[in-house]
Amino acid sequence: MYDYRTGILDWKTAGLPVEGTNAQVPRLVDVVRRDVPTCSLGERLGDVRDRVVAAGWDACVVVSDGHVVLGLLRARELQADPQQLVDQVMRPGPSTYRPFVPVAELRGIMSDRNLESSPVTTSDGKLVGLVRRQDVGLGTIDP
Amino acid sequence: MVRTIDRDEVRRLMEQGAQIVDVLPAREYGEDHLPGAVNLPLRKIEAEALRVLDPSRPVVVYCADPG
Repeated sequence: MYDYRTGILDWKTAGLPVEGTNAQVPRLVDVVRRDVPTCSLGERLGDVRDRVVAAGWDACVVVSDGHVVLGLLRARELQADPQQLVDQVMRPGPSTYRPFVPVAELRGIMSDRNLESSPVTTSDGKLVGLVRRQDVGLGTIDP
Repeated sequence: MVRTIDRDEVRRLMEQGAQIVDVLPAREYGEDHLPGAVNLPLRKIEAEALRVLDPSRPVVVYCADPG
């Protein structure tokens, strides 16, 4: 006999499928954008911005070597001095959400806090992807 | 003998035909459970395991989290 000690919470956190009456509730795992650009702390902002724009994005997630989320570069931060390092301009320690969180729950949070985007991570902080306002049915933020 | 395993090993055992047992109460099982899991709440497990489970196949049990 085997004991899956970390249980269904661990399973859902990894974004793996479940069965049951809640299985049809839209979750972040269903809408998260896994192709979000990433960068590291020591990169020059100008290099990162070029890469992000070329990929058609206006945001970038700052991650460690182990792909743990360290910070976020939103459109505003990406416009900073291109000679600065990511570490100097990023928004550190953004709130992150697990893949099994219902879309409706994050919609409420992003609306209340006027968030442009929200990183989705595993329970050990590793990046899964980014959720934008439009992914949860919200309009863009007025400048 | 019970051996603690992680998610990857659960997936591997699933592919090999292991029986997945959710020991949470029936209401929680009804809301969410691992694909193909059967529900044997802790208070019933001793009485029903022999009837429900195939002793020739591996068995993986789980609950909500380590708490």
